[in-house]
Amino acid sequence: MSATTVPGTGPDAGAGHGTGAGIRPATVPRERARHTARRRQLGACAALMTPFFVLLVVVFLVPVGGAVWLSFFSDDQPGLGFGPERTVFAGLRSYRAVLSDPTFLAGLGTTALYCLLYLPLMVLLALVLALLLDSGAVRLRRTAQLALFLPHAVPGLIAAVIWLYLYTPGLSPVVELLGKADISIDFLGVHTVLPSIVNIAMWSNLGYNTVIFYAALQAVPRELTEAALVDGAGPVRTALRIKVPLVRASAVMVAMFTLIWSLQLFTEPMLLSQATPIVGSRYTPNMYIYDAAFTRNNYGLAAAASVVLLAVTVALSYGLSRWSNRTGGAARADEEGTR
Amino acid sequence: MSAAAPPRGARPRLLGRTAVNAVVGLSVLYTLLPVVWLVLAAAKNRDALFRSDLLSLGDFSLADNLSALFAMEEGIYGRWYVNSLLYAVVGAALGSMVSVACGYAFDKYRFRGKEKLFGLVLAGVMVPPTVLALPLYLMASKVGVVNTFWSVFIPVLFNPFGVYLGRVFSQGYVPDEVLEAARVDGAGELTSYFRVALRMLGPGVVTVFLFQLTAIWNNFFLPMVMLSDHSLFPVSLGLYVWNSAAVVTPDYYPVVVTGSLLAVLPLIAAFVLLQRYWKSGLTAGSVK
Repeated sequence: MSATTVPGTGPDAGAGHGTGAGIRPATVPRERARHTARRRQLGACAALMTPFFVLLVVVFLVPVGGAVWLSFFSDDQPGLGFGPERTVFAGLRSYRAVLSDPTFLAGLGTTALYCLLYLPLMVLLALVLALLLDSGAVRLRRTAQLALFLPHAVPGLIAAVIWLYLYTPGLSPVVELLGKADISIDFLGVHTVLPSIVNIAMWSNLGYNTVIFYAALQAVPRELTEAALVDGAGPVRTALRIKVPLVRASAVMVAMFTLIWSLQLFTEPMLLSQATPIVGSRYTPNMYIYDAAFTRNNYGLAAAASVVLLAVTVALSYGLSRWSNRTGGAARADEEGTR
Repeated sequence: MSAAAPPRGARPRLLGRTAVNAVVGLSVLYTLLPVVWLVLAAAKNRDALFRSDLLSLGDFSLADNLSALFAMEEGIYGRWYVNSLLYAVVGAALGSMVSVACGYAFDKYRFRGKEKLFGLVLAGVMVPPTVLALPLYLMASKVGVVNTFWSVFIPVLFNPFGVYLGRVFSQGYVPDEVLEAARVDGAGELTSYFRVALRMLGPGVVTVFLFQLTAIWNNFFLPMVMLSDHSLFPVSLGLYVWNSAAVVTPDYYPVVVTGSLLAVLPLIAAFVLLQRYWKSGLTAGSVK
């Protein structure tokens, strides 16, 4: 996210604050006045920043540090489990347990498969929809946008409830309609449950990402697309050759956030696990963590799994942003240059 | 389509137009129909729900469903609703003020190590809240605040993306000259923030508020980890528990459906009322 620069603010837009003004033959009292002004400013800055950074420490740094710390310990109960519980240093034992646990690895595999299905489909469909909306051929464009965005206002759990009921035979008009056409699909079967989960996520986020792409497309200079049309390029050609390369940065960002959130998959499979035995209690890494902490009461294991998931998430998002910075080309470099 | 461009042949363009509208129309149906189903299903009694004949308006029983919903388990749904509103509305209001103030300070003041500190904020953006839920639980259980209102309320205040947006908005909306003028007039730094800058940041604060409201209303993992006392649940967690009960007792199905519909309304209202704000937020957050 190199988005800290906003058009109109150069590198030194804030200069001349009085803090770093040029050296003039200043008299001593003026120097002192500047000093107190500077101190007052820093005081105000601290006052405005402190509440947020207190939160950052309390709900971000300390818990993460605590989880890392705890992942090195394990609760042992000596004396056949009747003695007082004591916490002993276990080193990397929890990590070894997590990484050699087939259910955890299966959860990672499920997540990888989910990403493989979901990520390309999402980026492609959202981009196509945004290009169509941007093409000017769509009637009622604002209404269409609002309708597409609507599922974003439906909480994830409720989206999952709606779709679970739409997947359930007996409750679902979809299953019934398909049944009338002699098609019987078990949406919660072995091979269909993952696509069914992808569909729920797709439904929830398609409109949101479409609006992001659409906003980026609105920023494409009209002269460029008009010039392409004058040169004889059709609308499809213009879209692919001119518009798509220009919204690359948005595409990378959408892909990155979709990926990060995909790793957190929890709500939808958790709800579906109530309805089908195919979704087990350790179906995804987050479900594994929940299961380790609250079913198996193994906090060391849960902490280690959390740290592993956190590390994978951070590594992937860091890698992706580095990669997109490097391959970003001239437009990107230009943007960085204004920093 | 592209072949027909030079003379702008009328028929292929019309065809293209129809195809484009058909694709967008189908997508709109895809996003709208499940919500329509929810509305229709909430107005059906249990038997009609299971017959899945939603369009027969004969047995319209929204009122019955509503009274059943609020009567179930001594009216605990109302309690959940109030909890959700407290977590989401109060949390988002407080959280957005804290974040925007910090973002503003990042924009307007200079000090050593500022960009490093901002990097820490961006790291917070990259770490989704679900990864923090279990570490938070472990810490909260050490401190002994698990299963309290605060164990959910305090973590949801943390909104690093709001700081990022606050900085962007502050750059865009609050000219440095205005602050300079306030300084010349002898106004204190904090006074000029609260009296001058905050007013200009108003739309930005609303945007951050809206994003955070959605996130908190959506929150499921954290309350699930933290809370065991049913009277502290937000709506999402309550509906989850009821849905698991519905597997055994089908009486719960209509209540879950009606409860889901009610739980969707506040966010839809917020989005429709504050439409122009989320659009500006999406633009600021993603373009460039």
